[in-house]
Formats: sequence, structure tokens, C-alpha cells
Amino acid sequence: MSASTNTVIKCESVYKIFGNNAKDILAESNGIVDSQKFLEAGLIVGVNDVSFEVKQGELLVIMGLSGSGKSTLLRCISRLTDATAGKIFVDGQDLLELNQKQLIELRRNKMGMVFQSFGLLPHKTVLENIAFPLQVKGISTRDSIQRALEMIRLVGLEGRDTYFPRELSGGQQQRVGIARSLAVEPDIWFLDEPFSALDPLIRKEMQDEFLRLQSVLSKTIMFVTHDFDEALRLADRIAIMKDGVVEQLDTPSNIVLHPATEYVRKFTEDVPREKVLTVESVMDLADESEPLGDLKVSVDAIVESVAEDILGQEKPVAVVDSNNKIVGTLHSSHVIKVLFGGRSQETPKR
Amino acid sequence: MKILTKHPKVVQFLVLLTAFFALCLLISPSDSNFLWRLPPLLEHLPFIINDSVRYLMFDWMPIQVYDPVIEDYEEKPLFREMTRTVSSLFLFIINFVREIFLGGNKTVVAFTSWDFINDNPWARWPALPWTVIAGWAIILGYKLQGRGLAILAGVCTIYVAIFGQWKPSMETLSFVMIAAPVSVLLGLVLGIWAYRNKLVETALNPLLNVAQTMPHYSYLVPVIVLFGVGDHAAAIATIVFATPPMVRLTLLGLKKVPSDIVDSGMMSGCNRFQLMFRVLVPTARRDILIGVNQVVMQCLAMTVIASFIGAQGLGSNLMIALNSLRVGTGIEIGVCIVLIAVMLDKMSLAWANKQTDYFANLNFVQRNKLLLIAAVVFVVGVILAFVGSYLFRDGFNYLYIVPHNKGITTAPLWQATVDWIWDTFFYVLKSFNEFLITSILVPMKNMYLAMPVAATFLLMMGTGYILAGLRQALIIGGFLLFIALSEYWDRALITAYIASFAVIVSAVLGITIGSLCAQSNAASKFLLLVCDFLQTFPSFIYLIPVIMLFGITDTSVIIATVVYATVPAARYTVEGLRSVPQVLHDAGSMLGVSRLQRWVSIELPLAFPHIMLGVNQTVIFALFMVIIGAFIGTTDLGQLILKAISDPQGTGIGLTLGLCVAFIGLAVDQIIRTWANARKKALNLA
Repeated sequence: MSASTNTVIKCESVYKIFGNNAKDILAESNGIVDSQKFLEAGLIVGVNDVSFEVKQGELLVIMGLSGSGKSTLLRCISRLTDATAGKIFVDGQDLLELNQKQLIELRRNKMGMVFQSFGLLPHKTVLENIAFPLQVKGISTRDSIQRALEMIRLVGLEGRDTYFPRELSGGQQQRVGIARSLAVEPDIWFLDEPFSALDPLIRKEMQDEFLRLQSVLSKTIMFVTHDFDEALRLADRIAIMKDGVVEQLDTPSNIVLHPATEYVRKFTEDVPREKVLTVESVMDLADESEPLGDLKVSVDAIVESVAEDILGQEKPVAVVDSNNKIVGTLHSSHVIKVLFGGRSQETPKR
Repeated sequence: MKILTKHPKVVQFLVLLTAFFALCLLISPSDSNFLWRLPPLLEHLPFIINDSVRYLMFDWMPIQVYDPVIEDYEEKPLFREMTRTVSSLFLFIINFVREIFLGGNKTVVAFTSWDFINDNPWARWPALPWTVIAGWAIILGYKLQGRGLAILAGVCTIYVAIFGQWKPSMETLSFVMIAAPVSVLLGLVLGIWAYRNKLVETALNPLLNVAQTMPHYSYLVPVIVLFGVGDHAAAIATIVFATPPMVRLTLLGLKKVPSDIVDSGMMSGCNRFQLMFRVLVPTARRDILIGVNQVVMQCLAMTVIASFIGAQGLGSNLMIALNSLRVGTGIEIGVCIVLIAVMLDKMSLAWANKQTDYFANLNFVQRNKLLLIAAVVFVVGVILAFVGSYLFRDGFNYLYIVPHNKGITTAPLWQATVDWIWDTFFYVLKSFNEFLITSILVPMKNMYLAMPVAATFLLMMGTGYILAGLRQALIIGGFLLFIALSEYWDRALITAYIASFAVIVSAVLGITIGSLCAQSNAASKFLLLVCDFLQTFPSFIYLIPVIMLFGITDTSVIIATVVYATVPAARYTVEGLRSVPQVLHDAGSMLGVSRLQRWVSIELPLAFPHIMLGVNQTVIFALFMVIIGAFIGTTDLGQLILKAISDPQGTGIGLTLGLCVAFIGLAVDQIIRTWANARKKALNLA
């Protein structure tokens, strides 16, 4: 969450519309796109007026059901498809202005991508698959193999280097996909539903693995998923998409606490709050007069992780920020409310 | 009545058949009646084609060419210069490869002159002893795959050598080794181009359709006109014939590459070239390799046919042997061709699947072990050949090159077998032959010939309309119209009768065998293996055993055709039945169906579209074989095509006849394929 202020990816009113003459029709509509009307005209709206920024080291999850345009948005930003209109900046460079050669350079050095169905080359071994982006770049066989071996170690596939993708389980194949996407040490990491094709248990394991990698590597990440729990688990911020429009873009706790639209609210209904809310979002502001207990909890902590300790305290607990300065207090009653209370009484105090 | 309202297509068919027979009865056979036979409006087409080709060859775009003999510029037509250049290039390469195997002086001549050779008799390339080539083949097999392929290569080369087929085999091989790679490359290039460019795909598609259904023979005449006679012409004819399936399969394979893999290639930073050759083509390699396999098969199938226009080697020997009824020799040569086909096929497959080892830390000797062994083999082979020249001082040096027909031969044995069969079963075979001809074939032939042209159109287009829709019906009508307006309608009917008889028998046989085998895993696997094996045989091979039994008659052709055409029917039946999902079997079992009920009401309906695609293949295969059969004597289109080869006006006639055959095939293909694909979609199988 230690996002510096550097903007790495910036989208300004990005549209992606499929069909003949999409550009002209979009230009005529002055940027106001009704997907239903467009559909009647034989056009399919993939992405509709999307603007946002991703900071360096931030993990932005794009969440939406199938057909919501989330993958299309990611493909626009990786320029696997060209956006119909709008501007996309990567490190300040206008992506749509790049020629083929510059684009290839950008992909070879700055971008890595993981795909839902892995996209591994069936004729290459694990090792060759991981070394492939390096070899494409023109790095010698010896060096690329060396680097690929390091990546194999990083994702925990030691001893499988001569296996073919078909000989691996889904989880292992996706580890290869991850290793390949990281082989060129990209700054920006795109993941397109990377764990959706996996079994629930493996998915959990891969999410842990992913968080571990991210804690080591601190990439700027755009992660697409249709799984709201996954989004909550991983994201710094979540963009919820529907019919090509971003319905809400916010931190997980704010999305749970303040769903912007009815659509978003439906997703949040069954979410266990204690797993999402941070201490910060349920604490009282610091009150000098109140006697505090000895326990201190971090503002950033998730309620679930500290609940047991707080409930054991008789006095309110001190909430501290990263500089160990007391910024608020937390009563056990608040925790009980989060754990057991209905959503109506829940009013965050800031 | 209920059944009629439930199945409107049945009603449509009944109406169609009634109309068909009514037309047959009503239309009187007379030459002036257009409903009986259309006037041959296209009879001049062959001459138009001829004249155009001639103009292209001799008059179009004259250019100035320097002639070193008269030491001056001379006016020559551009196109002919182009074909000549291509011819001489091919001839040079074929001779070069051939002389590596067999020795000779043509390569030297190419760089010097015949005079030089006459003055310097030493200036000829020595042949490699057969032992060396056999050794190298074994090493290559070992390097590519391991012991299995090494043994296969060994068996193949040694068989060829000791049976005295070395020289023709190497001749055939040298020509296949040119034709096959060129076809593969050309097919790849065209396939990739079609993949990249929708317009090219649309343009190529009908061309490929026609090219793949045109009988081999019909290519020969134009090739003779354009490129002359000889090995190079044979190679070019082979390339023309072998490239279309390669294009098809390349395109098919590329289209099947999952979009995720393309995306991942792009995100790995591939440029267009890298994306094509490091991602797309390798990912599509399964289909592309099937294409390579087809090319190799076509090349070997063409060796025999190409011998008509001067290809030397096994093909021409086989043709001579069959024509003079030397069945034993024919069998030996056939085995040679099959062995070479299998070896080339397996080697190209193994080469494409080869893996690199990045970790082996080897020294020079270890790394180049096989190369060193190959060098040793060379030295040993040469020494052996020298020793041989003393050992076999008076006759042939068997350690150098086993001369043609001087090896071991089993021909007398086969001949004795044939004689015994003839002596013992003469009356049985003869009466079967007579029964088939007088009771089935002749009446059937007369029935076909008694069909008025209007009735034929109605039947074919009506069937097309009912099964595949109006568009297909019109396309079929177009195909038929071409044949009906040419002079060859009656011949085409004869071709159609032989082919349809064979197709009916093959389809019944194939579907029965396939259905029986599909009942058990082991049997299905076995049958698929047999089919694989039989499909490696070039089509000509099928003629050998039937000639052995029935001599040169229509019966032989029909039986060979039936055997050849049963293979796809059986294969597709097994594939179709086996691909019925297990869950449906289980569902059926839980509903309490018996085995027979399951087969009739679950497996067969689901597999039927795929089986029909097999029947479609059967039709194409049967047409091919019937035309090839002309060479041992049938009276259909094939025979005319064969005649056209020696006709000065042959180009146009050959091509027109070829188109007639192709259009018969395509008409059937249109109906079945459209129907099967629609049906598959409806059953949610596609």
C-alpha cells in the first residue's frame, strides 16, 4: 500500500467499440454511449468512457462479470487491441501514438502479462517457455536459460524445467505463465483472470503465492478477475465494471462500506466485513481524555486479524499509525458491531 | 401419415424421387432432345485452352535473349524462358542429389560441357556405396528419435539394397527429396499468406478445392506442354499435386491456434516474424505435420503416375511390371515404395518433434559422436567397396551398388502363388468376375446411361436443395452444367457409375467394420492403426494384389477402389462413434437401454454427421482410384485423360476432363459437407 505518487498508467476517456465504422459512429455520439442503442446498430460496446490512474507499486483489481469489458480494458492498455477513442499513457508515453517497433520495445522491457488459459507454447518445455521472452529480445541462449532457471526457482517449479506444459497441472502451468511474464523484469504486470481456471484450493494457494511475489517485487499491477472475494483479498483499489462502464473505483473497505451503485451493493452484501474493513474505517478519532489500554493496533490492520485481542481488553484500544503516533481509539463494541451487527447500524467514524 | 408431417424432408425426398422417375420415363432418348442430352456447347473449350497455352508459350511477350551459340541476341517468348529456367533449375538439383547417391557426370556437365567430359573421362562423381547410405540412414534415424527409427531405416535401406531395387529407389528418392521440401515450403508460404490475408484465403479456397479433386493424370499434360518431359516435369507435376493439402492444413492449423497463445506471444515482445515462426507455426505444428505427411504420401503416389512423363525410378518399373503381369516384381517394388514412404514420414515427424538439451555438458567427441561415427561408416563403406571390387572381380560389385534386378528376389515365389491361385480358383474367380460384370455392373451402367440429363440435374440439385439449401443446389447445378455441356457427359456417367458402386460397397463395409470395432477400445485402436498403415500406401499399391487375382479387368479396378475407399469410411466411423461423450453412454445405461438400442438411438445419430464426412472422403478416394484404374483398362473419363497425354491437343482435353472429374467430386462434396457441418452444429458437436 506504500504507493508513491508516480503515476504509471493513466487512462483518459477510453472507449472500445466493436463493429464496422465504430470510430465514426462514436465520434458522432459525442462520447455519450448507450450500449443498448449501439447494440441495435450492430455495435458492441466493450469499454465505455473509462478514466483512471494507477500509481507506481499499486495493485489495481478490475472486477466484473463476464462481458463487463474488464478483459477488453486490459487488452486496450496492453494494446493487444487498439482502443477506439481516448488516451492511454504508460509512464507518460501515449500508448496509442507508439509505432509497432516502439510498442514491441515497450512490451519487451516494461510489460509482463499472465493469461487465464496460460497461453503457454505447447512445443516448448517449461524452461524454454520462460526463456522465450528473453530469447525474443535477442538475449543469448546461455543467459536466457540462466535467467529462466532463476525464475523457475522463484515460482517454486524446481525440477520441472524439462516438462512440457501438457505434463503439468493447471496450477503449475500458471506458475510457468507467471515466471514467463516476470522473466524480463517488467515494471508493469498485467494479469488477466490468472486463477479463474484453477480449482478453489489451488486458487487460494496461488493467491498466497501471488501476494508473496508482490511483497518481494512491488510491481505496478493491473489484475482482472470476476471473483469479488479475490479482488478484496488482493487489491489496493478495486474498479468494478459493468457493461463497459466503471461503476466504482475505490479501496476495498470503501467499496464495502459505501457502495456507489445498487449493482456494487449487491456484490458487497455477503462479504464478511471483518475480512475487508481496516481498523481505520471503524475507529473513533483520538480522544485525549479517554483512558486507553496497553494494546496498540495498526490503522492498516484488517479488523479480523485484531478482533480477538481487542475483545479481550476492557478498556478501548489505542490505534497507531506507522510512526507509532496514536490516531484513534477502538472500542470492543465497534468490533462486535462489525462481527455481528447488521449493516444499517454501521456508520464509520473518521 | 404422422411420420410424414414429422419428417418433412422424407416427403420432399419422396416427391423428388417420383419426379426423377417420371422424367426418366417421359423423356425420350434422342440426340435432338435437350432434356435427354445437352448439346456440347463447350466442345471447343479444350481447343481454346490449347490455343491460349500455346500463345502464352510461343508468342506472348517476346524478349531479347543472348544466345551464346550464335553469339547474338535472339527474340524469345518470356514465358517459355521462364519455364525453361525453372526446368533446368529443377533438373540440375534433381541430378545433383541423384548423383550424390548414384554417381554420374551430369552435375559436372552443368558446370563445364559434354566436350569436357569426353576429353576427361575421370571427371565423374563417384556413387556412394550403398552400405554408407544405409549406415547414414540408420545413424540419422537414431539421432532423430532413437533405436526404433534406426531399425526402421536399417530395414528399409537394406531391403531396398538386397532386393536389387537400389538404383530405382535412389532415383525415386532424389526426386521426392526435391518435390517434397518444395511442396512443403510452398504450402507453408501460401498457407501463411492466406492466414494473414482474408482476400487470399477467399481466392485460394476454390482453387484448392478443384486442385484437390482433379485426378493426378490431368496435371500431366499441361506440365508436359509447359516444362517438357523428364524428372523435372515429374517433380513439378508432383509439387502441383502435393501442395494443396499442405496449404489447407497449414491454414487450418494456424486458425486453430488459441488466441491466448497469440496474445502471450505478442506480450512476450515478438515482432511479426517471430510471432509467425516462433509462436504460430510451432503451435500449429500438429496440423502442419499432417500436411508434411500428406505431401510425402502424395509424392510417392505420384512416382508411378509421374513415370508417364519421364520420372525415372520405382514408379516406372512398377508400371512396367504391372503391365506385363509380373506380379512378383510388382509386389517387391510396392514394398519398396511403402517402406520409403513410411521411413520418410517417420523421419520428418521425428525431426519436427526433436528437443534440445540445454544442460548436457559435453566435450567435442561426445557432442559430435554421431557425426564421427558417420565418418567412420563412410570410410568403412568405401573400403568395403574396394574390397568388393576384388571379391566380385568378374561380375557386379555387391558391396558398392547392387545392380538393378540382380539382388535377391522373391518374384518366382509370388508368381508361383499367383499361378496356383489361378489354377485352383480359376473357375471361382472367373464366375465371380462374370457374375459381377453381367449381373451388377453392366445393368447398373446401362441404368446410369439411360438417365436423361434433366432427370440427373433434378435428382442432384433436388438432393442438394433438401439437404444443404438453395445456394448449394445452384453451385451443384453449375458443376453439372459444365460436365453436361462438355462432350464427356456419357463418359462422366460411366465414371459416376463405377465410383458410386464402389462408394456404396465401401461405405457399407467401412461403416460396418467401424461400428463393430468401435465397440471395444482395443479393436478401435487396432483399426485406426490399420487405417494409418493402409493410408501410407500410395494408391497404386492397391492395384497389385487385385491384378494378381483378377487380371486386368474392371473387377480389379472396382475391388482396388473398394479397398482403398473403405479406409476413410471405417476411420471416420470409429472416430465418430468413439467421440460420443461418455456421459451420454452413462445416461443411456441409466435409462436402461440395451447395447443395440444405445447404438441405434444414441451413438449412431450423434456420430452420423462425422460418418458422412467419412463417406465424403470415400467418394473422393473412389473417384481417384477409378481414374487411376484407367491405366489398367476401364472405359471412363480416366481412359480419355490417359489418351490425352499422347495427344498434341492434349492440354485442353486433359484439363477439361480433369475438371469434369473434379466437379463430380465437388458436387457430392458440397452436399455432404454442408449437410454434415449444419448437422454437427445442430447437435452441438462442432
